[in-house]
Amino acid sequence: MSADANEALSRRGFLAISAATLGGVMLAPGIRLIEIAGARAPEQAASKRVRWGLLIDTNKCAPGCDDCVKACATENGIRSTGHPRTDPQWIRKVELKDPRSGRAHSAPVMCQHCEHPPCVDVCPTGASFKRADGIVLVDRHTCIGCRYCIMACPYKARSIVFQDVTDQNPDVPRGKGCAEGCTLCVHRVDRDQQPACVEACAKAGHNAMIFGDLNDPQSEIARRVAKYASTQIRADLKLNPGVRYQGL
Amino acid sequence: MAQSCVYRELGGTSPRYWGLLALLAVPLALGAAAYFYIEHFGHIVTGMDNQIVWGMPHVFAVFLIVAATGALNVALAASVFGKTAYQPVAPLSALVSVALLVGGLALLMLDLARSDRMIVAMTHLNTKSLFALRVVLYNGFLATVAVYFWFMLERRMNRYIKPVAILAFLWQLVLVTGTGLMFGFMVARAVYDSVLYAPMFIAFSSAYGTAVFILILLAVCNWEERPIAGELLRRLKNLLAIFAGASLYFAALFHFSKYYLARSHEVGQFLLFDGGVYTALFWLGQVAIGGIVPLALLLRSRVSRRTVAAACALVVLGGVAQMYVTIIGGQAYPQILFPGMAESSSFFDGEIHPYTPSVPEVLLGLGGAALAAAIIAVALRALALLPERLDPTAGPQA
Repeated sequence: MSADANEALSRRGFLAISAATLGGVMLAPGIRLIEIAGARAPEQAASKRVRWGLLIDTNKCAPGCDDCVKACATENGIRSTGHPRTDPQWIRKVELKDPRSGRAHSAPVMCQHCEHPPCVDVCPTGASFKRADGIVLVDRHTCIGCRYCIMACPYKARSIVFQDVTDQNPDVPRGKGCAEGCTLCVHRVDRDQQPACVEACAKAGHNAMIFGDLNDPQSEIARRVAKYASTQIRADLKLNPGVRYQGL
Repeated sequence: MAQSCVYRELGGTSPRYWGLLALLAVPLALGAAAYFYIEHFGHIVTGMDNQIVWGMPHVFAVFLIVAATGALNVALAASVFGKTAYQPVAPLSALVSVALLVGGLALLMLDLARSDRMIVAMTHLNTKSLFALRVVLYNGFLATVAVYFWFMLERRMNRYIKPVAILAFLWQLVLVTGTGLMFGFMVARAVYDSVLYAPMFIAFSSAYGTAVFILILLAVCNWEERPIAGELLRRLKNLLAIFAGASLYFAALFHFSKYYLARSHEVGQFLLFDGGVYTALFWLGQVAIGGIVPLALLLRSRVSRRTVAAACALVVLGGVAQMYVTIIGGQAYPQILFPGMAESSSFFDGEIHPYTPSVPEVLLGLGGAALAAAIIAVALRALALLPERLDPTAGPQA
């Protein structure tokens, strides 16, 4: 091999390495960020690398405040019909009191988006399903209104629609005779937004609810769960809910 | 043995028979009207709400389905366990079983909040769901009993009865177990969450099914003045007494286990003492009317047809009371999300939920029972399923 050839090769090699390095420097953070955020194009399926979840700090949740409940109702088109016993409720504030110590506090409770959801197990048609990213939903096209999911849910998180629904939010189709529950505002999450309840809680200045990817060690929710003690409602049932609580 | 009896249809030309059908058409028409009313307006016109989501139609449906599997016991005693005394009434036993199951299943389907999507229920099956599995089991049970029925009626196939009867027996066992576990595996609700539901429902099923079967047998024999051997009546009453006793035993064991264990003590206390209508229905309906009184009637040495019929009717009433306590009471008791804490919310957490059945849902439930009765009445007219005489002059003896 001649010295000229060596020189030419090293120049070509240098250019190639430079281009690769430059490309890497430009693209890598983007790729890494996409991984971190779990964001995806609309045509992409939900990824099982992501586990969406909520962390609710009941110490910060103000008794009497129901901004999260109101925001949920507005976002998902849930209106009172004047019949509270038949009206669906996707999120509610449960007031708790320890009868032994007298300590009182409250916690918002919604679908806990379990890893092993009983509603999905019992649904005869498979209308109740869990998305790859952990969000538990109802397929309104195959729900037959048997109400078995409502019977099986330990969190009282599912409702059935008793009457015709009007003025619906186009993002959140609902219908008489179908079971429904918190979707974790899946239509917002897919647009990289926070669930309406979380946004309302932050807006009110309480910051009692954190939404994020439990599988991403860098996310705030994962770091908080790793650092502070948190619990799951009815942890004894081993359903591994995606919603965790601090201060219960 | 069956060959020695002369089987005969119900006398179908008499105005009495048409009168019976016309009588059954009333609850059927009312049930159909109730279905369309609920279907049109939604379940808002029932007494159900988002706390009590399974109401009266489920009480009737589960009773009919549970009784259906038990009604086959008499036929299986003859075909599987060689109790030849029951042979002449085996076809009627299979018919009652099928009719009750069809009535119960129709009710379950008609009570769906989206009953217009029945085809979806048939075409989308989640194999992990006990509810979906039961759809498969029910249809398989109907098919097995249909084949068993055919083998009993077609003399050339008589020799194959035993294998198909054994299959029907095993199928029946799995089916009732599945129905019991549908409640027992619902760990979310304190009244359920116990595998005792499986054996308990087997006992209930045997008692309710046998009671309904004897009632229909006695009704048909009374209707046409067909004689019944004292021996057959004695055996049937003893069989029902055993099943009623077993039902009481399992009910006692279940309630004692709930009451005794600290984790379920409160719900045990609710059902046994503090549950208001549910406590009353348990003690008065399930235990006294459905258990102790019929047992006392049946265990007397000499009993008349009338006494046996009264005991059967009481077992059926007690059975409906039991289903009400199990299904409605099970939902009325609040779900405990935070054990040890007092809970309250806008969604009625921590409260005993009220429930008042509405007229349409009761009519729908009665319509399901009338459907079963109508199937039996029409089948007995069309097919020769019961011997002319069930006494020693014509019928066989064990």
